[in-house]
Amino acid sequence: MRALILRRLLISIPLVVVVSWLTFLLQQLAPGDTARAILGEHYTPEAYAQLRHQLGLDQPLLVQYGHWLAHAVRGDLGVSSITGLDVGAEIGTRLGVTLSLIIATTVVAAVLGIALGTLSAVRGGAVGRAVDVLSLAGFALPSFWLALVLVTLFAVVLRLLPATGYTPFAESPGDWLRGLILPVAALAVHGLAAVAKQTRNGLLDALGRDFVLSLRANGASELSILLRHALRNAAIPVVTVIGLVFVSLLNGTVLVEAVFAMPGLGGLAVQSTTQHDLPAIQAVAITFTLIVVAVNLLVDLAYGWLNPKVRVR
Amino acid sequence: MTTLTDALSAPAAATDARTRVWLRAMRRPLAVISAGYLALMILAAIAAPLVAPYDPIATDLNHVLSGPTALHPLGTDMLGRDVLSRVIYGGRITLTGVAEAVLTALFLGVSAGLLAGFIGGWADRVISWVTDIVMAIPVIVTLLVVLAVVGSNETAAMIAVGILGFPSLARVVRGATLAVRQELYITAARAFGLPNRSIMVRHVLPRVSGPIIVQTSLFAGGALLAETGLGYLGLGVQAPTPTWGGLVADASTVIDQQPWLLVPSGLVIGLTVLAFGLLGDASRDTTAEQRARGPVRHSSKRLVHRTSGSAPDTIGAPRPPDPSAQLSVRDLTIALPNGAGLTTAVDHLSLDIFPGETVGLLGESGCGKSLTGRGILGLLPPGSQARSGRVCFDGTDLAALNRTAWRRFRGSRIALISQDPMNCLDPTFTVGRQLDELVRRHTGLSGRAVRARTLELLADVKLPDPEQVAQRHPHQLSGGMAQRVLIASALAGTPELLIADEPTTALDVTVQAEILRLLRDLQRTNGMSLLLISHDWGVVAEVCDRAYVMYAGQIVESATVTELFATPRHPYTAGLLGALPRRGQPRQPLATIGGAVPEPGSWPAGCHFRPRCPLASPECVEAIPVVEPAPGHHMRCIHDLTRAQGGSDDHAEIRA
Repeated sequence: MRALILRRLLISIPLVVVVSWLTFLLQQLAPGDTARAILGEHYTPEAYAQLRHQLGLDQPLLVQYGHWLAHAVRGDLGVSSITGLDVGAEIGTRLGVTLSLIIATTVVAAVLGIALGTLSAVRGGAVGRAVDVLSLAGFALPSFWLALVLVTLFAVVLRLLPATGYTPFAESPGDWLRGLILPVAALAVHGLAAVAKQTRNGLLDALGRDFVLSLRANGASELSILLRHALRNAAIPVVTVIGLVFVSLLNGTVLVEAVFAMPGLGGLAVQSTTQHDLPAIQAVAITFTLIVVAVNLLVDLAYGWLNPKVRVR
Repeated sequence: MTTLTDALSAPAAATDARTRVWLRAMRRPLAVISAGYLALMILAAIAAPLVAPYDPIATDLNHVLSGPTALHPLGTDMLGRDVLSRVIYGGRITLTGVAEAVLTALFLGVSAGLLAGFIGGWADRVISWVTDIVMAIPVIVTLLVVLAVVGSNETAAMIAVGILGFPSLARVVRGATLAVRQELYITAARAFGLPNRSIMVRHVLPRVSGPIIVQTSLFAGGALLAETGLGYLGLGVQAPTPTWGGLVADASTVIDQQPWLLVPSGLVIGLTVLAFGLLGDASRDTTAEQRARGPVRHSSKRLVHRTSGSAPDTIGAPRPPDPSAQLSVRDLTIALPNGAGLTTAVDHLSLDIFPGETVGLLGESGCGKSLTGRGILGLLPPGSQARSGRVCFDGTDLAALNRTAWRRFRGSRIALISQDPMNCLDPTFTVGRQLDELVRRHTGLSGRAVRARTLELLADVKLPDPEQVAQRHPHQLSGGMAQRVLIASALAGTPELLIADEPTTALDVTVQAEILRLLRDLQRTNGMSLLLISHDWGVVAEVCDRAYVMYAGQIVESATVTELFATPRHPYTAGLLGALPRRGQPRQPLATIGGAVPEPGSWPAGCHFRPRCPLASPECVEAIPVVEPAPGHHMRCIHDLTRAQGGSDDHAEIRA
């Protein structure tokens, strides 16, 4: 178990360094210049040089990186080159939106996926085919398109749910929930199908194992064999898939936040991309990477909990 | 030298195999449709100026948001531009982007995978470390970083998609290369001193192309989704140039006026991703099939033996169940799934077990012994069928039990311990919790009393420290301990009959004797009967009162163990006994029976043992009746060894 976490950290730390480095290296290639972008079209060379010095842009790359890193570990991610606002604070206000969306979607995908997968393992037939169709749809249809279809149907035609926007939970839990339904639905299809498929395959595999015959022959109930024994034995790959779903939602959220005009990190990422706001996009990239690292660690901890062999070692 | 030349000529065959992946994939209708659709899309994109009915950016303000009409089959957008033409031209940008990403991923993934798999060592470690890191990088936001830096440069973004996507390809190639590296012709090529690079490119690459095709196809679908995502966000190629993602973005601005516009854009993206995915799946299925089939095709033209042709156990009316027996099985016939049909694996089997008796069921592996044990408990493997016969326990016909009744029956009337104790315990639960469940179920106890009973059971099977064993997980037990735990779990419902299927096969010889002694002791103290399934005469002789000898789905002889030992009448029984070391003569080669048990489906007509029998004669082709040459001694053979020329000579003949 400790070895597993150690191995994960051995990947995680370089991962964060690589992503932050990448953004720095790319900055050097940037045709646009932050100082020029701030100054606009009319500026004196003196003002330009002064601003570059102010922003630390005249320093060697490695020094700039060390400077940024020293601040970053203290939670200071710099200021936006466009608005001049603190990027860390901006991320703080937007993080809740994105996490609400991603966590809610993961929960929905996991719960419904496991339920559907279990049902199709036991029943097969129609439920099995439904899972297949769903996974094809989840695989092929882009989430932003699905989101638009849902908006057309439930917001424009039926007028049941809001088409855009986000209400913080603290303001009105009911509106928060109503606002999340459509984005979550659009994002969940893919993950739900993936979880359902893995659950079904894992269960069918587990149900064919020797210990299931043993349990049956000695009188254990079918329900307990399915839900206690088989599901638990099938759980490790399912947890892996749920972890992958969560990470893939970091991609989906960028697009779906755009569809629903939600003020999350994805929106910030798109906005700062179009504006060449490098400190901001870099901060988002780092935040996303840290989320990936955290999720992967959680998944590893879950392995230990689910697999006694890992736990002991 | 021949082997080396043969080995080196293998790559040619490998190239054949690769073409066959494609050809066989093309036999699947979905794969054909997918490939056809993709080809159509690519052709239309290339020939866009010729096939598109309109200029994709020509506006026509008289016909805005028209919906599908004769002039505009897919309708027009808010500027009156023809949607069909925009889809066709959009394909140029989108598919080019996909190609850029795929080529990048292919180049990086295949080289990294080949290096890691072929060279191994440090190269493997470094590459797997790099792929681990790259796989964890969030894709879209990294693309946004790239775009923020380089501006709206579609090619740069798609090459980044390729870089971020290469690890999965590298892993697949590495795995396939590892497998190929071990093969003879690669070893031969290395021995000949061919440079690594040429071995990799000329010999390894063709062999691993199957998995590469699969992974590339799936990756292309993902790259397409990324490209259209960027297009939707307006970050790739800029308006008014049409892209598929841009079409969705256009549609999104007018969903309250013309929701139709979502249809063509979504459909073209969805279908294309789907086509890539289905093509990948089809190629995967064919490569999997090829692997399952193996390099050499086994001749499957064996003599097919129909179920209807098999002889019943007795000639004439079947014997009725014995009312004094605890378990009475009559004419049990079990068929296993075999391709499309069913093959008989247990053929009209009858046996009786009387209360408190220990009965052996003896035969080589593959005779249908375990299947019989499972059949008695109504726990046949999926797809198999009990074709005919009756199983009566204590006067009740078990066929009449419904699901609930079966559940109450199993474990409390008849219980089972099966072979390989390690795999028969749930690896995720502690021994104590697994036993608790069965105890709770059978006794209705609750709370602390459950655990107390569990510990009692563990003590009953002579485990030294029950408390401590209860807290262990199965992987922390030795084989012998696991078997004791398994026996304890079979005893949780205090069964009247215990079926022990090869209870000692997976264990060390010293442990075997202990487990047998334990079974015998338990059987005496609990007064239960025991059906011991084994391939080992020694095991049966040590524990059993009576034994049934089984061969190729049929009982061939049954009698008391003493009688079977002293005067075996069936040649197979005698052969099994002759194969026992202690009956072999000193300085004589150990006697064995030549050949192997025929698989279900290839049983010969008449006597199943005929092809391996030294006494076989033309009459053995007929259906063989079961006879009772001595009281309580049954057998299925027309050559009674005790009658033919005097017993000892016959044994000699069999050994010859």
